[in-house]
Parts: sequence; C-alpha cells; structure tokens
Amino acid sequence: MCGICGVLNFDSSPADAGLLTEMVSTIRHRGPDEYGIYTDANLGLGHARLSIIDLSGGHQPMQSTNGNLVITFNGEIFNYIELRQELQQRGHRFATASDTEVILHLYQEEGEQCVHRFNGQWAFAIWDRNRQKLFLSRDRIGIRPLFYTQTPRGFLFASEIKALLADSQVSAELDLHALDQIFTFWTTIPPRTAFKNVAQLPPGCSLVVDQNGLRVKRYWSLAFPPEGGQFAGHEEELANNLRDLLLDATKIRLRSDVPVGAYLSGGIDSTVTTALAASIVGDRLRSFSISFDDSEYDETRFQQEASTFLHTDHSSFVCTPAEIAEAIPQIIWHCEQPILRTAPAPMFLLSRLVRDSGFKVVLTGEGADEVLGGYDIFKEAKIRRFWAKNLSSHLRPLLLKRLYPYMDGVQRQSLAYLRHFFRVSETDLASPYFSHLPRWELTARLKLLFSDNVRHQLGNYSAFDDLAQTLPADFSSWCSFNQAEFLETTGLLPGYILSSQGDRMAMAHSVEGRFPFLDHRVVDFASRLSPNLKMKALAEKYLLKCACSRDVPRAILKRTKQPYRAPEGKCFFSRGAPEYVDKLLSPHSIQRNGIFDPRAVGILADKFKSGRPVSTKDNMALIGVLSTQLLLHQFTRSSWRSFDLCKQWQSEPKFANSW
Amino acid sequence: MQTVAIGTEIREFVVTNFLFGKGDDLSDDESLLDNGVIDSTGVLELVSYLQERFDIHIEDDEIIPANLDSIHNLVDYVGRKTSNLR
Repeated sequence: MCGICGVLNFDSSPADAGLLTEMVSTIRHRGPDEYGIYTDANLGLGHARLSIIDLSGGHQPMQSTNGNLVITFNGEIFNYIELRQELQQRGHRFATASDTEVILHLYQEEGEQCVHRFNGQWAFAIWDRNRQKLFLSRDRIGIRPLFYTQTPRGFLFASEIKALLADSQVSAELDLHALDQIFTFWTTIPPRTAFKNVAQLPPGCSLVVDQNGLRVKRYWSLAFPPEGGQFAGHEEELANNLRDLLLDATKIRLRSDVPVGAYLSGGIDSTVTTALAASIVGDRLRSFSISFDDSEYDETRFQQEASTFLHTDHSSFVCTPAEIAEAIPQIIWHCEQPILRTAPAPMFLLSRLVRDSGFKVVLTGEGADEVLGGYDIFKEAKIRRFWAKNLSSHLRPLLLKRLYPYMDGVQRQSLAYLRHFFRVSETDLASPYFSHLPRWELTARLKLLFSDNVRHQLGNYSAFDDLAQTLPADFSSWCSFNQAEFLETTGLLPGYILSSQGDRMAMAHSVEGRFPFLDHRVVDFASRLSPNLKMKALAEKYLLKCACSRDVPRAILKRTKQPYRAPEGKCFFSRGAPEYVDKLLSPHSIQRNGIFDPRAVGILADKFKSGRPVSTKDNMALIGVLSTQLLLHQFTRSSWRSFDLCKQWQSEPKFANSW
Repeated sequence: MQTVAIGTEIREFVVTNFLFGKGDDLSDDESLLDNGVIDSTGVLELVSYLQERFDIHIEDDEIIPANLDSIHNLVDYVGRKTSNLR
C-alpha cells in the first residue's frame, strides 16, 4: 500500500517538483520504503511506496513502455495475475511482475472501462499523455481514500488531505455542512469532506480531468433486486457457493511478496478470514488482537479460543484508557475529520503492534456485518417493524431488551418509553431511513452544542434532505432490510469504518488491511441473497455461519454478538489525563474556534468531571467536541505547526508543545 | 418543599443534564420525548436524580411518560410521591 499525490496545472505552468516532494512527505507514513516524483510539463505525480508486490521492480510513478501513460497507484489489484496472463495472450509484454503495470496495460487496452475488470482496493491516477487527460479511480467500496481540490492554478489530488495543504493556495476551512452531517451520520456524504473546497472521489467512481474540466463518472453502485427477486431456498448450495467465494477472495488476498498476518478480534468474521487463510497457507499464521482491562469491552477469551483452534502464532496487547486519551491527537491527524467514538484509537495501537512485529499486510474481517446481515441495527429494525404490526403487544418489545443485554437504559425501560426511543410509529415506518432513525436522531442532538453563530449559518439545513438526493432511484423498491444494508454499506462503512477506523489507522503505521468480505464478488453475491438467509428470524449472519460452521470453533459460532467498542469519554478525565484535554475544552479555546458554545461544553465537561453517570449521547458529544477542536488546531492555517513537524521523514507529528 | 421550588430544581437538572444548558425554549408542558430532550439512558439518570434528591423510591412500573415526560408532569409526580411520604 502506498500514498499517492499529483498536480495538473491548468495555466500551463510547469509542475513544481518541490511541491510534489512536500506533498509526498506529508503522507510518508503510507509508504516509507521509497518515494518517487514524475513531472511532465504541467503535470506532476508523486508516490510514497510501501513495497509489497515485486519489491525490486514495482517502482512508482510507473511509465508504460512507450512512455505515453504514467501511473501513481495506491492499493492492490488482487486478480492481477489472471489479468496479466490474459493481456500477455493479447500480445502485451511486461517489464515488471507488479500489479501496477497490469493497470497500465489494461487501461491501454480498455481505456476508462478497465476498472470494471479489477478485483481489488485502489486509488490511482493515470496520466494519458496523448490525450492530455488525467484519469483517476477509486475502488467500488471505498477502501482506499482519494481526495482532490482545485486552485486558481489547477487541480491537485492525494491519498490524504494533508498532502493537498502542502500547497499554500489550499486552505483548510471547516465545512459546517460537513460538521452537521458528521454530527448526524458520523460521516460526511461524499464527495463532501470535513473541509470546504476539498472533495473526495466517492467510492465506485472515476474522475477525468482535462482541459474541459472535471467529470465524475460512477462505474459501480451497490444494488439489490426488487422485493421477491432474491436468491432463496437451496440453503446448502448457497452456503457452499458463499464459502467458495470467500475462500477464493481470501486466496487472492494472500498474494504478496511479504508475509501476511491477520487481525483476530474474537468475533466470527475475523475468525473466518483467519481460518480460510490458515487453510490456504498451511504454515502457522501470525495473528494480532486488542484486549482491554475492562471486561465490558474485552474479548480475550474468544481471541484465545480462535487462536488455539486455528493454531496461529498470536500477539495481543492491553489497550488502556490512558493510552486512548494519549493517542487521540495523532488519531485526528491521521483521520482528518471529527469522530464521535474513541474506537479508532485501539486500531491505531494495533497497527503499531503489527508493524513492530515486522508485518506490513493483514487480513481483516470488516464488511461481513454490512453485506451479510450482522449488525444489531438490522436486527433492531426488524424487531421494530415486527412490534409495529401489533403495537399493543407486551412481548414483542421484549426482543429489544434481549438485543441489548448490556444497555441498562434499554433493560429498565417501560414499553411506552421503548416505543418512543425505538421510533415505532406510522410516520417512522414510512421513512426511508427507518432503520437508522434512532441512531441518527440521537446523534443529531449533539448539534445543541453548536455556537449560535454556527446554528445561524446552518439555518434550516437538513442533512437528511442531502442524503435523500444520493439514494438510488429504485431504493424504494428494495425491502426494508436491504435499504438498511445500503445505508450502512455506502455510509458508515467507507466514511468511518474503512477510513477513520480502517485505512487511516493502519496506514499510520504503514500497515495495509485486506478485506475478503469486501471482494466485489462476495458483495454482489450477498446483495442477491434473500434477507432471510442473511438474518433468519433474529439469527444474524445465518448463511455465513452455515457456510463456515466447520472453520470456526463452536464457542465463537454460538456466542452472542459483541459490537467492537472501546472506553469512551471517561478516558479523558482520569488522573493523569493529557494536558490537551483541559486546554481544548477551555472557554477560551472553544470561543476562539467559534464552533461550539463555551458554556454548553463547560456543562458537558463538568458532568464527566463530577463522576455522574454519562449517556451514549454525552460520550459522543465529548469526543465530537474534542476531535473537532483538535482538527481545527492541527489543520487550520494559523496553527500549521504540526505540518512542519510532519515534514520530517518518518516522524509522527508531535503535538505536546504546540497548543 | 414548594411546587415552584421543585419545578425550578427539576428544570435546572433537565436543562443541565440533557440540553447542555441550552433550555431557554423548553416550556413546562413540552414533551421531553417528542423533542428528543431525553434518551434511554437519560430516563435512568432522571430516575436516579429524583430518587436521591427527593428521597423517594420509584418503582419500575412508574417509569412511564405520564409521570416523567414534561417538567410539569415531573413536578406533579414528585409532589404526589412526597405527599405520600408525609
């Protein structure tokens, strides 16, 4: 995996190699093994390389033999071996054994349509010299990031926003609409990012930049058959098909010239990917996990169970609340957007363990919950609909209590309250967002913290309305379960799980994650499955469990699903909490940045300091405020000191002295 | 304790705890549920506060909107509970 960047000047001025070097420097953590710059008149490409495939031959930016095409590429094309053979049969000759060169040749052959042929995770840019055209593409699901902006001079792109800010013409100004979206959905709606004037290429899209301007083209989108049109029946056959697909998805994700490890969380998804990998590799696989000293979050028992069963050589570390609080400034530096949970922090520390153990690549289980029906939010929506059909039932709502045994707020609630909290009314049932209403409306309450000025500027803005604009035309023809899956797989998955908690946390320590469940063949297969095969009654990931029942230990197959969570707001108020917390929450700092109401933030902080019980909303509010303050501090031009520090090769930005 | 004083205290608690102090618009009759003031954990926070502050015991079947869903309802409820104690 790598970091990429580039510029295309519209005013014909030559591309500045010095600027490209600075851009690459800011994302050096993504590829510390070597870096390269290519310039051609007004075009420049940069690349920071994490060498994984063809260690000696895959240097980038890479030119085609005739020099007409040049590519800078971040990611992996896992089916490159098959594509390479096909191209060779068509007469193509290869100078390297890399997947990068395969992209160039396939582009030569099929032009912009080449992306349909790739099985992988990618963000790349190809400079087509003959056509004077820059062609950029991002993978279907949004595993790899790609940001861009325009200045009076031209177009810039990069794997991370911080590389764009190396150009003095680009400034980082918080986008209030983005903030409103994050304080509703936990993520922005692409192409929006946390910053004005900085866009992300949406997942499943390509972008052409030439003298005629910019054109975004969607080449793939998640789609479901209309109700009744799904695969159903023949469970055994479908389970076999799913396992075959997953096995092949895992197999091609083991293609690497460096050893591949595996994350092992103790849940079924990573146990499946590890099991399939172990069956292919034969040797003892290296596996890695996080444990917590607080039993509320810890899954050590299941991790050990999986490791013993699969004979992996396992390493784990205990993540403490103090480490989480300490790491958050670096987390924000890497994820470049406000967050509402601390869950990225342990992932950041985990990738450090992987890197320190000598590994650059890990398989992980992300995506199974989204595409194969694992999340509680899907189950919750199903129960809510079931209850709505017989509102007077006293038994149906008890299913909600069974769903959240660890939530006191649900356990001790009367039916009247449950009905309100879980939005069980006719109006709610008619909403396209039915499944997500309880989460989003609770999150949106955080906007109470906004300053009067921000509230005034946002006026009647509705993030829900913006989201409605992005829904596919046939969304309403899908069953409610698929609608929920769509919202989750196109929203939170790329916008938070794969970015703030995924790519950014892994790449912070130069580690590449690979996701067998997000192989597009698996995603397409899953989208055609009847929802009853994904969640049979209330049994989540039903078909996956059938498919892999012999691959994982029984205890993991039968365990109650535990969502991955980490200690939240209290981390920041324990004894010895880092100095930045008080400083960033101080009325002076809040007032200066102008986003939040100093008095409201003071009341929130006091609640934590008092030791009184805090709610999910309070936790999200605190982390939302802190992370936004950190983002402003680190990225806005007036305090660009962190950037200067980050220019030093291979150094993490140091924040302690820069408040 | 006077009804007015109880109302002031409860309002102060609700506004501070659930609205980060931003409760100028909250009327005494407004539903805390319909306006999203209170969430599921909030109900338990409220119950725990009422029990401690007014030295009353709240049964699980009393945790219903009719008792707790507006400042007005809360004042009435606490009034009834405390008068029962006397």
